[in-house]
Amino acid sequence: MDLGRLKEITPWCYALTPLPGEERAPVRLYANAELLRGMDAKVLEQIANVAHLPGLVGAAMTMPDAHWGYGFPIGGVAAFDAEKGGIISAGGVGFDISCGIRCLRTNLDLQTLAPRLERLADLLFRAIPAGVGEEGKLKLSPGELDAVMRGGAQWALRHGYGVAEDMEYIEEHGCVAGAVPAEVSDLAKRRQRGEMGTLGSGNHYLEIQVVERIYDAAAAEAYGLAEGQVLVAIHCGSRGLGHQVGTDYLVTLAKAAGRLGIRLPERELACAPIKSPEGQQYLGAMNAAINIALANRQILTHLARAAFAEVLPEAALETLYDVSHNTCKVETHVVDGKPRVLYVHRKGATRAFGPGHAALPERYRRVGQPVIIGGSMGTGSWILAGNPEEQNGAYASASHGAGRAMSRHQALRIWHGRELIHKLAADGILIRTRSMRGAAEEAPGAYKDVDLVAEATEKSGLARRVALLRPKACVKG
Amino acid sequence: MHEPIAYFEHAADMGIVGRGKSIEEAFENAARAVFAMMTNLGQVRLQASVAIEFEEADPELALVTWLNLLLGQARSRALIFGRFHLRRDGASPKGTSSGARWSGTAEGEPWRAELERGVEVKGATLTGLAVTQRDGNWEARCVVDV
Repeated sequence: MDLGRLKEITPWCYALTPLPGEERAPVRLYANAELLRGMDAKVLEQIANVAHLPGLVGAAMTMPDAHWGYGFPIGGVAAFDAEKGGIISAGGVGFDISCGIRCLRTNLDLQTLAPRLERLADLLFRAIPAGVGEEGKLKLSPGELDAVMRGGAQWALRHGYGVAEDMEYIEEHGCVAGAVPAEVSDLAKRRQRGEMGTLGSGNHYLEIQVVERIYDAAAAEAYGLAEGQVLVAIHCGSRGLGHQVGTDYLVTLAKAAGRLGIRLPERELACAPIKSPEGQQYLGAMNAAINIALANRQILTHLARAAFAEVLPEAALETLYDVSHNTCKVETHVVDGKPRVLYVHRKGATRAFGPGHAALPERYRRVGQPVIIGGSMGTGSWILAGNPEEQNGAYASASHGAGRAMSRHQALRIWHGRELIHKLAADGILIRTRSMRGAAEEAPGAYKDVDLVAEATEKSGLARRVALLRPKACVKG
Repeated sequence: MHEPIAYFEHAADMGIVGRGKSIEEAFENAARAVFAMMTNLGQVRLQASVAIEFEEADPELALVTWLNLLLGQARSRALIFGRFHLRRDGASPKGTSSGARWSGTAEGEPWRAELERGVEVKGATLTGLAVTQRDGNWEARCVVDV
């Protein structure tokens, strides 16, 4: 990205200066010059497009891990006011609706795990359906699938997946309100029939990690984290159903935008006023897909616990937190000193509520919400803590991952899956996958420096670093 | 004419290209480009056939619709497709626009352990979307979500 049109607000936050005669809302980019230079120029174009959408409140923003997406950039954040003609955009949520990370803390340390890591990785690989062509054991009837769409992780709990304590540590207690299964197409429902309890492909994973370093002792204590402790991270979303909802409504919302005279600089920005029939239909379908994702991660948590129990009967896996990073959520934020109800789009961005927020579990209320930044399979991941809103400035949002530094096509030209897996094994990281192509595309070198993303997230005030995690074994889709 | 199948860069996902002497052939090759990301098409046995029908006057939206219907049918039936056929039937039954009615088939088999595993393509997007004709050759391209 050319920094020519950017004005430095702080070394970790930049504004995009308008072109002559250009009328749009402000654009703010959270990152330092090094990260910005590494971003595709499309990021700037896409976030400037977002700043033209009706009913935007404040600035359109990108997080430090931003990269080129569909309509909105990945790492894009924008809030809209329904009472001011604000819109909802399928491109502002993303295709994998409610893709997110479930983090589980264990009572194990690396020393206990190490002798049994290989067996555990093999067992997890057998237990967790992952990758193209793999189906879950759970096959749901249409009526049951409707119940999942309404109940989310709470449906899964009622059907024996997990424990009641999990719900407290999932956003919206495991079930978002406003799901309308009738707004989800039959094809979307058919696609999901064999996909409950599956990981998927691409950048999705189940990873065994170890806490390498604690940065914030108070937050780490609240989160139950200590150096050397073993964690499990599950990264996946709403699978085929969510993607089909995104696909279906892209067309519906694009047609609505045309009918209502909303100018779309890019078709993938497809949107409709929140209060329009199409906007309401998408909201109902999107919330149904969010609940599918929450149920999916709950089922995968159950499968992971069963695998651990077989190899390490003494293991206890507690949900540290489950947070989505492809959503539109209705939230109240203080704008110009007044509370306003906003539809906050986070597309490849994590919610990051600060200390004292009523939505947080009591245990974390003093320190703020756990913010999970997932890294690549060979480098590391981070847990951060949400900051107060006056410090965050991005509607309580933060980074969600390392962000790709190069395309999958480029990665395939550089790395070979089998060689990469051997190299990572030599470095003490076990990879289990059916796809050598997928492994090459997901090579650690294809991603940005996750440590720099975490540093930028902290220094721009979005969230503060709590713990650095290193991968030990990874089941890849 | 260039290669019937090609790929182009996208930061997070993958751009696919299908080329042919007709728009239908370009769309069939675009489908091959998509499914070749998931497996080695040469290994796929053509044991099952699925009919695909849709109406779309806009050629670009027709490409996205074609690919997404194929992906949706493959996933909902737990199949992998290896061969595609598409026909444009001319005017829609409603007579509202010419070239709006498409019918095709996809042939393949249920996933089996011996099939090579690539990456799952979740859907075709409107990004990088173009359907063009030059010197009698058609090219269809878009970014697919991986």
